[in-house]
Amino acid sequence: MSLFNIFNISGSALNAQTLRLNTTASNMANANSASSSSGKTYRAREPVFEPMLSDALDPNGAADAGVKVMGIVESQAPLRHEYQPGSPLADADGYVYLPNVNVVEEMANMISASRSYQTNVEVMEASKRMLQQTLALGQ
Amino acid sequence: MSNNIDVFGIHTQALSLRARRAEVLATNLANADTPGYQARDLDFAAVLAGEGEQGAMRVTDSRHLGGADADFNYALRYRDPLQASLDQNTVDVQAERAAFTDNAMRYQASLTFLNGRIRGLLSALRGE
Repeated sequence: MSLFNIFNISGSALNAQTLRLNTTASNMANANSASSSSGKTYRAREPVFEPMLSDALDPNGAADAGVKVMGIVESQAPLRHEYQPGSPLADADGYVYLPNVNVVEEMANMISASRSYQTNVEVMEASKRMLQQTLALGQ
Repeated sequence: MSNNIDVFGIHTQALSLRARRAEVLATNLANADTPGYQARDLDFAAVLAGEGEQGAMRVTDSRHLGGADADFNYALRYRDPLQASLDQNTVDVQAERAAFTDNAMRYQASLTFLNGRIRGLLSALRGE
């Protein structure tokens, strides 16, 4: 019965949005982690979503079911380069490298992820109600 | 009662089609943030009327069995986006949620009709 599939579909979306929230939290936590070289500096991360293809879902043609995380990409934005001669991590010229995390962008991302999470929870709730009413048919 | 197979009328087909549409809409909502995802839907009226089917099985003989699910050949159509987004995603979350709720209400309507029919048949059987 296809209503049961909705739990898989929305469940996969909950998974993906949780991962998105996780990377946002990680980015925010590391927004000010200074480093002495550009190679060791933390870079903002972001998951890339992809539709989960399922041929089993629709016998007449491939219908997408759910979403999965294709991978996590690091931001290619330039790192911040700040003059902090007092820092123990400063290089010979007194500069430290700071992550390329944009806190405003991360906040917007966080709100979007939690709203999407909420939407999918509500879809599951609605499907649960539909199933319960179907089970109570004729009683 | 005319025959015992068609007790529930169109509602058995309507229910399975509504459940299928709920699944398609849930897929759209799950992929609201997926780059390049194209929102889909199925034309309920067209599929139910048999216009959307391509070579679907039909009951053409009284000895054929008519399955509730077998009659449909769902042709999913891509949604025409109101406003294109930069990442080619065509899911409009508000529109999809509205469609999902509408679909759920109509599912409930079919259930209510079925419940009434069952209750009517039961009271006729019991003769109370």
